[in-house]
Amino acid sequence: MNFDFSEEERSFRREVEEFAKAELPPDWDEKALYWPAGYGTLPGLEEEFKEFHDELLLKLGKRGWLSIGWPSEYGGMNSMVKHAILDDVMSYHRAPPGDVSTAIGGPTIAKVASDEMKREWLPRIARGELRFWLGYSEPNAGSDLASIKTRAVDDGDDFVVNGQKIWSSGAHIADYAWLLAKTDPGAPKYRGETIMLVDNRSPGITIRPLENICGIHSFNEVFFDDVRVPKKNVVGNVNQGFYSVMLALQYERLFVGVGAFRRILDELVAYVKETKSNGRLLADDALVRNKLASMAIEIEVVSGFYWRTAWLMDQGTIPDLESSMLKLFGTELSRTLAGVAMEILGPAGQLKRGSKWAPLRGLVNLGYMDSVSGPIGAGTSEVQRGIIATRGLGLPRK
Amino acid sequence: MMNFDLTEEQKLLKESARNFLSRECPRDLVRTLEEGKEFPPELWRKMTDLGWTGLIIPGEYGGSGGSFLDLAILFEEIGYHICPGPLFTTVVLGALPVMAWGTPEQKEDILPKIAGGERIMTLAVDEPGAYRRASSITAKASTAGDGFVIDGTKLFVPDADRADLLLCAARTGADEEEITLFIVEKDAPGITITPLQTLAGDRQFEVVFNGVPVKKERILGEPDRAWPIIEDIHRKATVILCAEMIGGAQAVMDMSLEYARERTQFNRPIGSFQAIQHHFANMLADISGSRYLFLKAAWKISEGRDASMDAAMAKARVGEAYRRVTILGHQIFGGIGFTKEHDMYLYHERSMTGDLKFGGADLHRARVAEELGL
Repeated sequence: MNFDFSEEERSFRREVEEFAKAELPPDWDEKALYWPAGYGTLPGLEEEFKEFHDELLLKLGKRGWLSIGWPSEYGGMNSMVKHAILDDVMSYHRAPPGDVSTAIGGPTIAKVASDEMKREWLPRIARGELRFWLGYSEPNAGSDLASIKTRAVDDGDDFVVNGQKIWSSGAHIADYAWLLAKTDPGAPKYRGETIMLVDNRSPGITIRPLENICGIHSFNEVFFDDVRVPKKNVVGNVNQGFYSVMLALQYERLFVGVGAFRRILDELVAYVKETKSNGRLLADDALVRNKLASMAIEIEVVSGFYWRTAWLMDQGTIPDLESSMLKLFGTELSRTLAGVAMEILGPAGQLKRGSKWAPLRGLVNLGYMDSVSGPIGAGTSEVQRGIIATRGLGLPRK
Repeated sequence: MMNFDLTEEQKLLKESARNFLSRECPRDLVRTLEEGKEFPPELWRKMTDLGWTGLIIPGEYGGSGGSFLDLAILFEEIGYHICPGPLFTTVVLGALPVMAWGTPEQKEDILPKIAGGERIMTLAVDEPGAYRRASSITAKASTAGDGFVIDGTKLFVPDADRADLLLCAARTGADEEEITLFIVEKDAPGITITPLQTLAGDRQFEVVFNGVPVKKERILGEPDRAWPIIEDIHRKATVILCAEMIGGAQAVMDMSLEYARERTQFNRPIGSFQAIQHHFANMLADISGSRYLFLKAAWKISEGRDASMDAAMAKARVGEAYRRVTILGHQIFGGIGFTKEHDMYLYHERSMTGDLKFGGADLHRARVAEELGL
């Protein structure tokens, strides 16, 4: 057993720290949103940050950091632990470490796609030239992805797509949909769906913004009306998309922004050391100390799940169970932490960003609203618990 | 380089401990021990033969020189089978401090006998109304001739009746932390031992010292400077206790799982109901997350690193996690788990008493807060 990073990993962490310091704008701390494990304040999803984010991705790509977790034969460094270090450090600074394209698309393409597709897409993804949005959910198919209705009909060299997606984070600032569509409506559940890459500029696509509970435009509804998708854009085999989604979910669940947990804890600790309530420092209040200690302990637990999941991936294990526990635990903690942080801030906690008296730039207030999304997006807590119980512990389904 | 696996030797230790205990320490035995029956000398001898008493004692003193992490791994299995007996007190509260602070003579005298299973040792620190603070130790050691005499009352002394040696903390100076640790023979004149009736029937005692003579050669560490030693003993003890508790929580989950697969209601195994499945997911996440904390703390101690934060985090979380897991286990077992015929009560008791020992969760969170710089 060893809980240490290798010397190489430590020096990589230092390199990323330096990168973050050098590349993030000087006023980034003032601007940056991001509640750990929330989906509504993900850095880089807002239109106003698009240009900055696009440039940052190119810079990350230049260093080879967008493909760290990929197998070396596709230009990767074969290290999910390093990938996790990058995400840890970047999320501490509330900066995006990558995109759907690099976190989900790349590793999945590397595993299931044809050589031709790998040659065409992997280098571009690794360079940070393009961004994906995740086209899974539909108005009547959230957690139950096998019941999506969006159809892709075979028509010569193309598929013709009709349907609607929803909760499409970043569809408005991305270049391609990582789309799950029904290609064989008659097939048994889980066997008639296909993943394909759809150019956002294709005729017939309409993107309608949805404002989330935090007042941020992060997700959208997207409508497909006779959209033609070249067959060469199919990822993996036709009708086996569900398998790829399951594979991709493992990568997706690694994204809890573990550094962002540490960051907000550090900020809360600093805050209570300099803030008085009724003439007494909050840091001297036993209840406040107890609450913060409790949060520090839970954040250490999330870190345990996080590093163990990344490490297992590097061992060649598919961390079904662990990635679900990480996702479940991390997002539930996100909500608890937001509640505790609001309790500590007291009445000032209700002041929003931009208010003169808002503590911590109103971030906790925003996080409190955003933390609702974590246990819902990317498979609800209930879905995760079901996976843990049935796939992990072998309990009967019926 | 990160590695979350046990070594081959550790896996073997774990497996052999599990096999041995399920054979030699069934829960029926645990029940009779709770009711006051002696820990079977035969079982103690077998544990000794397996090398458990000498697991972490260096080879030169007759042990096998294992690491603190090895010990934690063994104790997870002991907790799984809630096997009582004086191994914890002797090894964790006795041998470890002697190894760390004993003089060569003390080590030579005590360690081989512990490794050989011929000495039981325990720790007498807590006092009525005093818990884990140097300032509240009132037992006094006064100089007498070229030695000392100890007067005072100690509480919650585990296995005092069976012990040969008591490590006793007594005040030797006026300043708050001027405490000295003495290695006292249990049979010394002036010692009175009275059992305490505890929730888990786990053999804790009141020990009254009335003019108990002790030679100055029997001081462990330096006179007046024992408080950091006591803190260190407690730190290590909390981590091993966490290992025991996680083992217990794992046993509760395993028992409940087996039951949920077999027990049918409404013509279905209850394990197929989502509500029950969610209980299990919560149990597993609680256990796995907590296990990480105590393993990290144990590993740091093995590596000789500062584990203050990790040990406090582990103790603060593991006790409460064990309680949560046990309560969910009860919920799954329903009425049958609420009887003395079922084994759940054995675990339920220990989930609470474990949380209380060596400082409860709030005390350890207070330490975490200090470590956070608050």
